[in-house]
Parts: sequence; C-alpha cells; structure tokens
Amino acid sequence: MDKLRVGVWKFASCDGCQLSLLDCEDELLAIADSVHIAHFLEATSRIEGGPYDIGFVEGSVTTEHDAQRIQDIRAETKVLVTIGACATTGGIQALRNYADHGEWMREVYAHPEYIQALDTSSPIADHVKVDLEVHGCPVNKNQLIELITATIAARKPNIPNMAQCVECKRAGTTCVMVSKGIPCLGPVTRAGCGNLCPSMGRGCYGCFGPLKGGNTEALMAEFAALGVAEADSQHLFRGFTAAAPEFERAGGLK
Amino acid sequence: MERAAALDDPRPVLSALIEAGYRVIAPVEQDGAIRYLPAVDPDSLPKGRIDSQTPGSYRLEDGDPERWFDYVVSPESWKAWLYPARRKMWTSTRSEDGLSFERPEAEWTPTAFFGVRPCDLAAIEKQDAILKDGAFADPDYAHRRENALIVVIQCARSAETCFCASMNTGPRAQAGFDIALTELGAEADHRFLVEAGSEAGARVLEGLTEDATEADKDAAHAATNAAAASQIRVMPENVAAGLKARLTAPEWDDVAKRCLNCANCTMACPTCFCSDVQDTSDLTGDLTDRWRVWDSCFNPDFSYIHGGAVRTSSMSRYRQWMTHKLSSWHDQFGASGCVGCGRCIAWCPVGIDIVAEAETLMAQPED
Ligand code: SF4
Ligand code: SF4
Ligand code: SF4
Ligand code: SF4
Repeated sequence: MDKLRVGVWKFASCDGCQLSLLDCEDELLAIADSVHIAHFLEATSRIEGGPYDIGFVEGSVTTEHDAQRIQDIRAETKVLVTIGACATTGGIQALRNYADHGEWMREVYAHPEYIQALDTSSPIADHVKVDLEVHGCPVNKNQLIELITATIAARKPNIPNMAQCVECKRAGTTCVMVSKGIPCLGPVTRAGCGNLCPSMGRGCYGCFGPLKGGNTEALMAEFAALGVAEADSQHLFRGFTAAAPEFERAGGLK
Repeated sequence: MERAAALDDPRPVLSALIEAGYRVIAPVEQDGAIRYLPAVDPDSLPKGRIDSQTPGSYRLEDGDPERWFDYVVSPESWKAWLYPARRKMWTSTRSEDGLSFERPEAEWTPTAFFGVRPCDLAAIEKQDAILKDGAFADPDYAHRRENALIVVIQCARSAETCFCASMNTGPRAQAGFDIALTELGAEADHRFLVEAGSEAGARVLEGLTEDATEADKDAAHAATNAAAASQIRVMPENVAAGLKARLTAPEWDDVAKRCLNCANCTMACPTCFCSDVQDTSDLTGDLTDRWRVWDSCFNPDFSYIHGGAVRTSSMSRYRQWMTHKLSSWHDQFGASGCVGCGRCIAWCPVGIDIVAEAETLMAQPED
C-alpha cells in the first residue's frame, strides 16, 4: 500500500491540538514512517501540494480568507477530519458571536482598522462537508493515534459516544458532584478526554462538547438544587464549546 | 452458625490474611469516599467513620469513634476487581506465517476481599451465575473469582439508600462467605462475632478467636435485625410482574425527563455486566489487541444494530434499565437483578430513586 498522504492545517486557534499531534512522542517516529506528511507547518516548513488522503484541520473560520481557504483544502482532501473545540464548535472565540464584535475589537486593538475579520467564529462543518470530528480542548492524543491506526487497518475508529461520567466510573473516579456537591458538566459532555478534570477532583467544564441528546435541562435543575445561581450555571456552559447548539441553549446564548 | 467464635478487634483477621499470603483488598478512605483498595496495613481501616448516603449525595462523617464498620457500601462495587472496566481479551499477531492469537497472563494472585457487605455478596453470586457458571462464562472472571476469599461484614447499620431487607439479600448473609464478622455492642461489650463459612476461612481464623457465647450470637442477630428495621426503602413485592403490565405508563416519560442518560447507575450497580468489545491496532497493522470494556444500556450506541440504534429515546433506555434489573432478569436468570445496595440511588447525579420510581409505576393502572 502507498503511504497515506497527510496534511495538517491551522485556522483560528491556539495550536494546542497540533501540539497534541506532536505530543505523540513515542509514536511520532512510527507515524512519520507509516504516513507521508505533505503539509504540516507546525512540524516542517516543507510544503507539498495536494491531493491529500487525510486532512486534519484545527481552528475555526473567522475571516473571509479562511472561508475560501477551507473550500480549497476540502477540494483536495479525501477524508477531512476536524480536530478540537475550535474546529468542531467555533471555540472560545465564538463568544463574540453573541457580542458586539466591533466594540470588542476597539477595546482590544490600538488600530482595529487593520483587522479584517468576520463578526462570527464558526465551525468548519458550517462551511464544508466534514468526514469526522475529533473533539476536545485540546484533542486527546490517543484519539488521534486511534484514528490513524484505524485508518491504516481499514476499521472504524473507536471514538466514544457516551457521557464523561462513563470515563469516571471506568477509571474509579469518585463522582465530584455526588461526593462534594461540585457542579459538573460531565453528564452532558461526550467522553474522550481521558477523565482529566474529575480525576483531579474538579467538575468537567465541557471541553469535549455536548453529548448528542444530553439532558442539559435536568442537569441545570440539579445545579440549582446544589445552590448554584442560574447565571453561574449558564456561565458553566459558556466555555470552549459555547457555540455548540446544546450548550448555546443551556448557556442562555440563544 | 456452628463455628461461631468471638474476637475483640478485627485487625488480627486482616493480619492473618496478609500473613497467609493473600493480597487484601479492604475499605480505605480516599478522596471523600470509602473505597475498596489494596490494604497492606490493618490500621488503614476507616475506624469511626460513617457514610451518609441519600439520593444523589454521599458524604463521610464521624460516627462512634470506637466502632469499625458503621459505613456501608462504597461507590464502586467488587466488580471493579472481579470484572474490571477494561481488560485485554487477546492479542493477535500477523506475520509471514499467518495469524496467531494469544491470551494475556492472568495477573491475579490469591486475593482476600475484606469487608464485603451481604448485598454485595449476593451481587457477586448473581454475577457468578452469569460470568462464571453461565453459558457465556468469562474465563478471566472465573479465574479471579476462584482465587478470591470473601470476608463479609454483616451490617449493623444501614444507610438511607439501603433496601436489602426487601430484596432478601441482607443485612445478614447466611452463607457464601469464607469468613463473616458482626460488630457487637459498644465499649466494654464491644466485640465481634466471627463465623467461618469454609475450610479456607477456618484456616485463617485458627488460633485467633475464643468461643462465642449464646449472648454473642443473640447480639449479632439483634444488630442486623435492627439495621433491617431501620430501612426506609422497601421495593414493592410484585414489581417483577407489575412493571411488565405497565410498559406504556406515562410515568416512564416523567422519569426520562429527569434522567441524564449518564450511565452512572449501571456502572455503579454491582450486578450490571454489559460490556463492549473493541479492537486496537498498531501503526504497522500487524498487532491487534481485543479489549472488553464496560458498556451501559444508557449509552446511545449500546443498541446500535445495522442501520441505527434501537433505543433512541431516553424513556426507552431508562425503561430498559429498570425492567431488566427488576423484571426481565427473573425471566433470564431466575431471580431479581437488584440486590438493594442503593448505589444507583446515591450515585445518580440527579438522585433518581429506583424504589420511588417502582412505587410510582406500581400505583398506575395496568396497560
Ligand atoms: S464527576 Fe462529573 S463526569 Fe464524573 S460521574 Fe460525576 S457528574 Fe459524571
Ligand atoms: S473533564 Fe471535561 S473539561 Fe475536563 S478535559 Fe475532560 S472534557 Fe474537558
Ligand atoms: S439496581 Fe441499584 S440498588 Fe439494585 S443492585 Fe443495582 S445499584 Fe444496587
Ligand atoms: S438514572 Fe440517574 S444515574 Fe442512571 S442514567 Fe439516569 S441520571 Fe444517570
């Protein structure tokens, strides 16, 4: 089999997800050996053109230029995979979708007139067809490796479609909500991070995004019973995946 | 209770187990909960602590400082040890000579479970019937189980969430243990009734105990009877047939509105055994591992068959869980799938109470 040609692209993002890819230290050499990296600016300045077998896209669309660029990448890529909260939901920068973008720019930049940006931050799937989404802020490197090894073996990758709570129970983490009364988004957040926050004794803040069909209403009723004020409860949902439709509603943004 | 004896401190039993070469798993306080973890020091038992367990809440508090075992069940059951959440089933290697398969090493030394509560013993027996003696036995489970010695603590205190008395699983275990301890009295009378339930248990106890008096035996029964009498939750008696006759009651939708579908109840339940199998492969594609991992009927893909999932609504998933535990388990395995440990009540983040839901449903007209 010819080596898979892989491209990695960055849009509006912090680079953390690409770093997760580079963080696959033990596996990195073997990955580099088993695939052909044709475009990955964070790792190499050598740029080759398409077509690409797999394309990983990090970041959200926040400029006209990027809105066009993602079309070009899609046209040259067989399997397009979005990685991380920004690419899959619009990221933390999507909070501007609910504010006066012009006013924020004037507050932050000395010369806002030099900045050409859209007044929204949107996920890649709003612009082109996405074949697979890998969630998280940042993504979990084991999920990236799973994706690559599954593609090589031509099998369906194991990307869990269940609540973060399942990770707690499998790991033997004592539930922070039940044992400490800490509000936790785990019951409505998809699993996959490796149980990071609850295993450190804090509530999940939803960086893997909403589990499809999650019952945010019942969870917010429980937060209220724990004594969390409604505004604070809404704030919990206004994080890295605030613009995902389920959290947008729960967060009172829509 | 032929071989009843008495002891004034439980630690010598733990020490004797360690000396006899067992790896001992015992109650240990960690992260705000009493969990079952490897214990190398008999003094690590959480003496004087009790657990307040209510729907959706668990807190540790100080109890009588002289008493050893007034807390009840831990967040995780013993299934975390006998049937771990993630376990490799086999490894396959592809080479020029073809495919070869290998089972992993057993990784299990003779282990003593110290502090098994009667409800949990009943749960282990239910899992034995399926995973050890059933038609689809799990060889790894069977191996662990056959090399596990069980020390039961009979319950002299029940938590608010306990309802073993109405499930006939506790608070006193009659058989099935190797050793059983009942904590008696207080202060000067503070001692333990010790029962040996097997040869292995009797060997561990050799030389440790004095003969129990009739008064000790009476006190032991009084202690567990008092725990039973204190239980405020009672499962409706005819629930197995009753739920079946009410599968379309609108109350199922009501509980579904409150349920998060988070799967905590099933993962915490000591009898739930559902698992998924997953393959992982390496970058060469030549090495593949097959894993068994805990799954749950609340997970969206659990009922996925060709073309989609069968149980798409939250209602259908809650109904599956509850009717399986309390009703169709009888048809499948000849008994209830619930032992009344109360874990699903305490560890449900929104405090959904299987007993209260059963009572509500049973009060509805039949379909
Ligand atoms: S800590 Fe959070 S994620 Fe874990 S079981 Fe509890 S509610 Fe679920
Ligand atoms: S627990 Fe939640 S917020 Fe924390 S890393 Fe995992 S998904 Fe993200
Ligand atoms: S259904 Fe609930 S009370 Fe019954 S055995 Fe399972 S966790 Fe315990
Ligand atoms: S009953 Fe409770 S623990 Fe079980 S899935 Fe529903 S919310 Fe989660």
